[in-house]
Amino acid sequence: MSDSQAAVPHHDGLHNPALLHHFATEEQQRDSASFGMWIFLATEVMFFGGLFCAYLIYRRWYFGDFAAASKSINAALGATNTAVLICSSLTVVLAIWAAQTARRGLMILMLVLTMLFGVAFLGIKGIEYKDKFEEHHVPGVSFSFDHQQIPGHPDQYANPQHAQIFFALYFIMTGLHALHMVVGLGIFTWLLWMAWKGRFTPHYHTPLEIGGLYWHFVDIVWIYLFPLLYLIDRHP
Amino acid sequence: MATATVPSVERENYLNKHYGVESWLLTTDHKRIALLYLISITFFFFIGGFFALLIRLELLTPASDLVQADTYNKLFTMHGQVMVFFFLIPSIPAVLGNFLIPLMIGAKDLAFPRVNLLSWYLYIIGGIMMVHCMLTGGVDTGWTFYTPFSTAFSNTKVIEAGLAIFVAGFSSILTGLNFVVTIHRMRAPGLTWSRLPLFVWAHYATSIIQILGTPVVAITLVLVVAERSLHLGIFDPKLGGDPLLFQHLFWFYSHPAVYIMILPSMGVVTEIIACFSRKRIFGYSFVALSSIAIAVFGFLVWAHHMFVAGISVYAALIFSLLSYSVAVPSAVKVFNWTATLYKGSIRYDAPMLYAFGFLGLFTMGGLTGLFLAALGVDVHVTDTYFVIAHFHYIMVGGALMGYLGGMHFWWPKISGKLYPEGWARLAALIVFIGFNLTFFPQFILGYLGMPRRYADYSHMPEFQILNVFSTAGSTVLGVGYLLPMIYFLWSMRYGKPAPDNPWNAAGLEWKTPSPPTTYNFEEEPVVTWEAYNYDEIDKGHKEEVHVVG
Repeated sequence: MSDSQAAVPHHDGLHNPALLHHFATEEQQRDSASFGMWIFLATEVMFFGGLFCAYLIYRRWYFGDFAAASKSINAALGATNTAVLICSSLTVVLAIWAAQTARRGLMILMLVLTMLFGVAFLGIKGIEYKDKFEEHHVPGVSFSFDHQQIPGHPDQYANPQHAQIFFALYFIMTGLHALHMVVGLGIFTWLLWMAWKGRFTPHYHTPLEIGGLYWHFVDIVWIYLFPLLYLIDRHP
Repeated sequence: MATATVPSVERENYLNKHYGVESWLLTTDHKRIALLYLISITFFFFIGGFFALLIRLELLTPASDLVQADTYNKLFTMHGQVMVFFFLIPSIPAVLGNFLIPLMIGAKDLAFPRVNLLSWYLYIIGGIMMVHCMLTGGVDTGWTFYTPFSTAFSNTKVIEAGLAIFVAGFSSILTGLNFVVTIHRMRAPGLTWSRLPLFVWAHYATSIIQILGTPVVAITLVLVVAERSLHLGIFDPKLGGDPLLFQHLFWFYSHPAVYIMILPSMGVVTEIIACFSRKRIFGYSFVALSSIAIAVFGFLVWAHHMFVAGISVYAALIFSLLSYSVAVPSAVKVFNWTATLYKGSIRYDAPMLYAFGFLGLFTMGGLTGLFLAALGVDVHVTDTYFVIAHFHYIMVGGALMGYLGGMHFWWPKISGKLYPEGWARLAALIVFIGFNLTFFPQFILGYLGMPRRYADYSHMPEFQILNVFSTAGSTVLGVGYLLPMIYFLWSMRYGKPAPDNPWNAAGLEWKTPSPPTTYNFEEEPVVTWEAYNYDEIDKGHKEEVHVVG
């Protein structure tokens, strides 16, 4: 019954409670939010960029050792994870589409699916890490990479020190990426809660869009990490 | 000029609207956050200054008698880290930029007020880590964290200092992000890019560097911390790693970081020179675009810090040439400021004295930078006091003079009170004299071969006289910095209330009350005039202003 009275005092009658005081229009607020996220992603590109730079230099210097080390990680698991993440990006887009077309149930389902894909990714990553731990491929005191042949050079063994640099970069790059996935899961928990509360309408779903931008970015980082780390000089 | 009437009853403003600790620590008002930053960076400035004075005291005599070499290493390291990461980088952007950008562009706040508060908290978390690190032993790597010393040999708290700077770096990134979005999306109607105050242009260029440079030093520090705790070998030549890679990654941020310090200062000086010459800035678009050019060129010159580190001679040639190119936009600015002064009605108020100080000192710092960009000269003066003098002329003579000039210029707006002009002029003079007495002898010392980072120069006792000059100067400089702090605090209680526009200056910030209200503007201002329209203001034409109190 209060619904009919609520609109009366406001002369515009359409005031959105999500519009913050310092913005003049909802459009200005939406533009600012997505522009801010794009700039944040630019900083992320530079953040990962430092690691990619280090990786590319050492890969060029120690190509054979890197190829041998790369061969020891499980490309099938990596490929599965790539597929999982691509699917999760699809569900994010579908969630936004559902919000735009006012399908609340579908939106919630898609958000849940996205998070399940995210958790699956981290689980598979965990299996990979466990394998590496058991094989003594984690850099540090117990690291060992002796008598590993360099692909294409059956008479040569990889230098364990150089292989250790590969594994150091492997763990830092995939670890940092996994950390971004964890943050993404946190963001999506919040988005799910907002969606559950019915905050997103075809008119207002900015958090969903900028959260989606972040998720896509984390996916794209993986799209680069996968071939660089898993597919160096692999031959069947 | 200060003829505007001052109401006897205090108006509601951003300072008196809410009271209590919570209203400050949970504020999202950009003006209050600016004051939080002002207090925090002043704290760190005096910590960094304390280390500097200890360094100068040690160098008063050739032998290492006040402190031993290990302690001395920690003193200059922590002086550098505190001053660079906890004072100079946040100084003008986080205090004056935070306070003024929304006012200058006619906005109610920055685009992301809560992110703005978050960045202050990140700064404080980083700051607490840094203070804890200093109190429990400190660091001795030099502010540059050079590997493999920092990762394999130093026995000090490298990890904690690295993480402190990592966290503070995100504060800087978020400030830059907020500024860029605000400048793009929150400008008042009619305030086109070509009407923006040059202070805003300078901050835009600064933000680009903060956004693109800071993440690189952040990941580099992550690698240093990982390498030190796990002995990975990424930067350790004994394990196949490359220490030069560290230097490349470090300077990719840390050279542009110098422009994070100097560009905002250039923006401040531009505003002051236009106001106290009562003239339009000469060559507005050149001054605006030279800020962007400095930001862009700044990213292409980092390896001039590594000429003697073993980079290839061809790389060195290219980086030398590119380093010279930064001089072009810098010179454009200096010449345009000078041309603005030409035939201006110049007043010598304290902000202008600081601006003049900036002009002279920045020019000297810039020109000696060209000596260092020249491959042959650089080899002679690398790691000597010549380098120390050069970058202090830029960072202290340039950035800090601009910061103090800006603090005086906008203090009436920030606090609503006038500072004592006589004392302020005296302080400006003391700072200028003290600065030159401290750092000019260091040019000579360096050219004669005194190396940096040495506590003991007893094999070269003839260097003592110049070091005595320098130490004496640092004491004078210390007095010059204490004075403004004292009379600013004094003026908050006893100063005369400031009119809305005490300098009769152009710019939207002066059309708000002093101090401004919480949301800055009651009605959205509409801008119909160019920046720095001092000819119109002084002709007494009442411009159409759509802003009331």
